[in-house]
Amino acid sequence: MHIKKCFHCGIDIIEKEEVLFDEKSFCCNGCKTVYEIFSQNDLISYYDFEKAPGATPQEINGKYDFLKDEKIITKLLDFQEEKTNIVSLFIPHIHCSSCIWILENLQKLQVGISTSQVNFPEKKVRITYDSTKTSLKDIVYLLGAIGYEPYISLDNFETGNKNVDRSLIYKVGIAFFCFGNIMLLSFPEYFEVDEFWINQYRGFFRWLIFALALPSFFYSASGYYISAWKSIRSGMLNIDIPIALGIIVMFVRSSIDIAFGYGQGFFDSLTGLVFFMLLGKLFQQKTYSFLSFERDYKSYFPIAITKINASGEEETVQVYDIVKGDRLLIRNQELIPVDGILISENGAIDYSFVTGEAVPIKKKSGDKVFAGGKQLGKVIEIEVLFSVSQSYLTQLWSNDVFQKRVNQKHKTITDKISRYFTPALLALALTSFLYWVFVDLTIAFNVFTAILIIACPCALALTAPFTLGNVLRILGKRKFYLKNALVVEQLAKVDTIVFDKTGTITTNKKTSITYEGKPLNNLDLKLLKNTLRGSNHPLSRRLYDFIPNQEKINSIGFEEIIGKGIFSTYDEGTVKLGSSQFLEHMSENTHKKTKVHVAINGIYKGSYIFNNQYRVGLEQLFTELAKNNKLVILSGDNDGERKILEKMLPPNTILVFNQKPEQKLQYIEQLQKQSRNVMMVGDGLNDAGALAQSNVGIVISENVNVFSPACDGIIDASKFEDIAFLMHYSKNAMKTIYRSFILSLLYNLVGLSFAITGHLSPLVAAIIMPLSSITVVSFVTIMSNYYARNK
Amino acid sequence: MLRKLKGMGVIYILITVSIFVAVIFLFAFIKAVRSGQYDDDYTPSVRMLFDDELVKSNLKKSDKKTN
Repeated sequence: MHIKKCFHCGIDIIEKEEVLFDEKSFCCNGCKTVYEIFSQNDLISYYDFEKAPGATPQEINGKYDFLKDEKIITKLLDFQEEKTNIVSLFIPHIHCSSCIWILENLQKLQVGISTSQVNFPEKKVRITYDSTKTSLKDIVYLLGAIGYEPYISLDNFETGNKNVDRSLIYKVGIAFFCFGNIMLLSFPEYFEVDEFWINQYRGFFRWLIFALALPSFFYSASGYYISAWKSIRSGMLNIDIPIALGIIVMFVRSSIDIAFGYGQGFFDSLTGLVFFMLLGKLFQQKTYSFLSFERDYKSYFPIAITKINASGEEETVQVYDIVKGDRLLIRNQELIPVDGILISENGAIDYSFVTGEAVPIKKKSGDKVFAGGKQLGKVIEIEVLFSVSQSYLTQLWSNDVFQKRVNQKHKTITDKISRYFTPALLALALTSFLYWVFVDLTIAFNVFTAILIIACPCALALTAPFTLGNVLRILGKRKFYLKNALVVEQLAKVDTIVFDKTGTITTNKKTSITYEGKPLNNLDLKLLKNTLRGSNHPLSRRLYDFIPNQEKINSIGFEEIIGKGIFSTYDEGTVKLGSSQFLEHMSENTHKKTKVHVAINGIYKGSYIFNNQYRVGLEQLFTELAKNNKLVILSGDNDGERKILEKMLPPNTILVFNQKPEQKLQYIEQLQKQSRNVMMVGDGLNDAGALAQSNVGIVISENVNVFSPACDGIIDASKFEDIAFLMHYSKNAMKTIYRSFILSLLYNLVGLSFAITGHLSPLVAAIIMPLSSITVVSFVTIMSNYYARNK
Repeated sequence: MLRKLKGMGVIYILITVSIFVAVIFLFAFIKAVRSGQYDDDYTPSVRMLFDDELVKSNLKKSDKKTN
């Protein structure tokens, strides 16, 4: 059967609900409306760039009423002057060129918008509008109506204008300018021709080189001096010390050489070194700007909410201004920002943000509702028990782990090496100096400086940034998004992996029921649905939700045999459903999957298969990981699934159930006290504490654009089974780094042999330094790509 | 002697000019970074492909009007 796809959003169209318009088929009225808006405004090109680029617009009535409040608007705007307002909105749906096109043509849809500009990597649109002709609220509603609902949260409220740090790019630019020009000017002297012409201009060339080296030395390389100074003060010998030392010695010696006419100096090598090292830094700075790894509850919470004041009127109130005793109105799909008591008769609250559990929990009047839940269905009213900062969920963030941002928790591999490298280098330089002092003082000084210059660990410092930067890129293509290069190093050390259960090793997707057998007609479905209505068996409930709505009919006879199935009789026919024994239908291999068999009017039709809700490849992944790691499953649920999990997973997997968020955190802490390096894999806010406490916190996300708690890495759920690859790959990356350390040390040895014997000419330095850097960089790039292919 | 002096002058001029040109490029680069051109290196590459499409739709519009 050919399934039509919606022209707007591309999802499969359910035949009955198909909407035809303008000879195109749509899955629902919402999609059709968006198409109508675009066609009326001559914006049909939207569909030319990408096939089915849209999203179904969601109902957002009343959700953004707080945008009427001037105070809130002012906080959200980037710029505001008289009529001109500029706002940047985060739109998770931005994903293709069509999105860019339509969002940059907003002025055709709304009077008052003058320009709009998309920043694709950040998934943001920056809109300039005239506040007398339109309002922020109108713009947000327009965006919502065309399927590009912006995401506005409490986070937007506090971060005003962020200053972008572009200093590294400036530094690289200036370093390159100095390096390039000095190279050109140094060239004549490399050939050491004692010609009249060159001798004539030697002074001019040299002093020009000196002048050109100044910006590179004082500005571009400044970061290394600062870092070296800091590390000396804190008593840790990091790699920046020999680098800074090398650069400074190089500069001083070269200046002396030029001033006294001893030679041309090492300014070419110096600027080249600075440029390459800054390039390495830039390369390592791979960021996924559309993802945020530092989220806390503020990213989830709305800015404002509707409050019912004493006289019964609705008013918008800022979330931080909510106090105990307030009555709040929570609409469909709105997040409850504070703990409270339900006043309305009943509500259905989705705690998927908090627990990862997608099934909404039913609450009755007088029940306690917790912050972080999302109301589904009609409007509810709650009475506030605690303010935002005192609510249960937000309290979790006051735990210590969230306070100290664990930045320097680990020593990087390069710093570890330099702990041995730096003292060794200094010892060598001094020994050689002492040796030469007895021969000749000038040579002794030359040798001393030459050693520090040539041993300046440029290649060593480049190794890790280039390897890890490349690894981050390769992993990004495979939908593993790591926060920074440090995470790769930490991943390689992991020996214990802790998994959350719900949402992490199981899926949240509801399409876990499939039908197999002869096709069922509408009458069959109607009978089936009505039969299921009468049953309370969990499988019946799930199947009932799965079958589309049908007309209600009353049964003549209904019989449920516990543990077997249901037999029900209607005027239209009879339905028998249940286990294969009950239907006396023996199919092949039934025990592995959960099935409900269906027979209508005594004829066997087929079966509904309840697919295992565990993620694909879970068993293989665990078997693979168990080889090198200790595995733990840490679940907030009861141990109902213990038996299934024990059967599926490797025997030494530890299963722990009934864990509250803070208990999860403590569990990880316990493991760490046994000096284990723990990786936590989780998904919901209930794992937030554990994720922060663990050495590496990885979040599994069905949709990486949707919000996930603070972590070190985000993995697309479809790549779950590749976690083993991630572990192997990070270990291989570290191997690559070690090997190239050896390679660069070899270069250093060659250079040092020149230096110690007092034969280091500027030409030798100018050849060895770039050569070693290029060898090392190409080596690590080739190796990391090779390992990525070798899955 | 005169020939040599001339040559000397040319070198000074040439090098001054070459450095000057390089400084202009450096300045242009810094200005470009400052204006935020390097903050988003993806969207402009897509955006530049749109212009043709826009012109086409505008043409259609004017066609309709003239008819």
